[in-house]
Amino acid sequence: MSDKKEHKQASRREFIQTGMRWTLGVSLAGVATAAALKVSADDYVWQLDPFKCVYCGRCADYCVMTPSAVKCVHAYDLCGYCDLCGGYLKPDANALSTAAENQLCPTSAIRRKFVEDPYFEYEIDEELCFGCAKCVEGCSSFGNGSLHLQVRHDLCVNCNECSIARVCPADAFERVPASNPYKIKGDFSVGTDESNPA
Amino acid sequence: MNRISKIFFAIAAFLLSLPAWAQQRFPKPEFETGYVQPATSQAPPRGLFLEYLDVFMLVAVLVVATWFVVKKRSRRGVLWTTVFAVLYFGFFRQGCICSIGAIQNVTLALFDPTYVLPFTALLFFVIPLVVTLFYGRTFCAAVCPLGAIQDLVAFRPIELPRWLQKVLGIIPYLYLALAVLYAATSSEFLICRYDPFVGIFRFDAEFQMLLLGGLFLLVGIFVARPYCRFFCPYGVLLGWMSTFSKKHMTITPSNCIQCKLCANSCPFGAIEEPVEEQGNRRSNVQRLMTYLFFIPLWIGIGGLAGSMMHVPLAKFNSTVYLAEQLVEHPELKQDQEHIDARAFMQSGKSMDQLVAEAKEIRSQFYWGGWIVGGFLGLVIGLTLLKLSSHRNRYDYEPDKTNCLSCGRCMDYCPVKN
Repeated sequence: MSDKKEHKQASRREFIQTGMRWTLGVSLAGVATAAALKVSADDYVWQLDPFKCVYCGRCADYCVMTPSAVKCVHAYDLCGYCDLCGGYLKPDANALSTAAENQLCPTSAIRRKFVEDPYFEYEIDEELCFGCAKCVEGCSSFGNGSLHLQVRHDLCVNCNECSIARVCPADAFERVPASNPYKIKGDFSVGTDESNPA
Repeated sequence: MNRISKIFFAIAAFLLSLPAWAQQRFPKPEFETGYVQPATSQAPPRGLFLEYLDVFMLVAVLVVATWFVVKKRSRRGVLWTTVFAVLYFGFFRQGCICSIGAIQNVTLALFDPTYVLPFTALLFFVIPLVVTLFYGRTFCAAVCPLGAIQDLVAFRPIELPRWLQKVLGIIPYLYLALAVLYAATSSEFLICRYDPFVGIFRFDAEFQMLLLGGLFLLVGIFVARPYCRFFCPYGVLLGWMSTFSKKHMTITPSNCIQCKLCANSCPFGAIEEPVEEQGNRRSNVQRLMTYLFFIPLWIGIGGLAGSMMHVPLAKFNSTVYLAEQLVEHPELKQDQEHIDARAFMQSGKSMDQLVAEAKEIRSQFYWGGWIVGGFLGLVIGLTLLKLSSHRNRYDYEPDKTNCLSCGRCMDYCPVKN
């Protein structure tokens, strides 16, 4: 009698176990299927839309990497090659010279090279740049906006949630397909015509 | 002077008002010296092939770990797999993406119609759960880098009192519920933000993150795997799967000789000792029924409490927070130092729009609060129910829900075949 009871209990337990296992399996399959409707085979990476960027400077501070994986890049196509560059010189500079006190960039990451009179080329030294966006603000306010920020994918560790995206005041950060990971101005444009390739 | 500046402003205004015509304020010059314009460099991200290689590695390490735990019964094998997991998924892959964080990607995919879920993230979420449904938490044993790094520092584990383990064991459910709530409302990824070890894997993080990681490792010397047992939200899901797993690891390969050696070997308090049912059967069943009867009450209380918490909970959403700030302190709109307020004013969005958005998110949190609270009520109710239920147990057995399949007990078991 007691044996029978034990057996009955054991088989009931077995039944509950199997039932629950199937329930869990089916629920998991359900969740996975629902999620699979949104799936993409491509990988996604973080990038910022330079047309939304408001140059707040948080990219320099909030990246998990030190220095930040966000760097200033230069869209040469859009540059006016001006002598008086709003991204290179402080607005109240003492003189229009390359002296450190006149440069807007706190780390002198913008290198200025003479091309021909009166034009200068501006190049970013990404080793020095830490994404503070001071030059971007200058270039966008007083120039063509050819200097802009981009996430550098050789430096970015592609966090599941970008810690800059969380604090970006302009919601400029978004996930983009890894096959098309940059939003370089000129190659990519919003609300403006494509720039003429040189 | 005045006239000149007026003319200047007039010209400037004219130029700025014609963006279609004057696309660039300073057109690119026509160079005469044959200057060649450099290209803007675009370093590519990590190759897609490598992302799928990670999935392959996940499956491979899972298979190896499961084989060591279930088939080979080798603690040494598990240990070396653990070391490999720390090195590969931890220090080499730097902790992203992990299965724990993938909960949020899957949640966001279910709730946000615009979100695109990378297939690799879905696989990282599903594969360990499926394996656990068959073989128990072998993922925790030796694959998860967060678990692995803690397992390697558990030098002097002490046994926590059972009641404390039960109480702390509620936290993962809360963490899971909140993580899902914040992901579902597109607020933030809570789990990733407070991942304690990712900073250590990267040798680089904010100070608080490294502090948190160091603290967990320090506590982990004495309280084995504190994150896994008392925080990990993925562990909750794995626990459900493991409870009803088909072929969970056993302590003894054949018959238990009740030597009690294993009971002391488990640093996680996950071995259940033999018990006999005590007291009158009828009154035991009655007590169980009473607890069962109280579960809806727990759910109701939890839900009510959760819904009442929705205002503070919603504060962590940046839109809601900004709206609250601007409504309470309208002078902030003119504050140039307040970056969020300044960006909002520049965006051209009206205050009404912002407030409407914030209200919408808050109402999501209201219903989310009901669900989170109700879920926690259910968890508390079921925990009490489980505490009061007695089942006859004749041998030392792993507690399938909380057993991390690390295999220490197998090593201690004197029965070898």
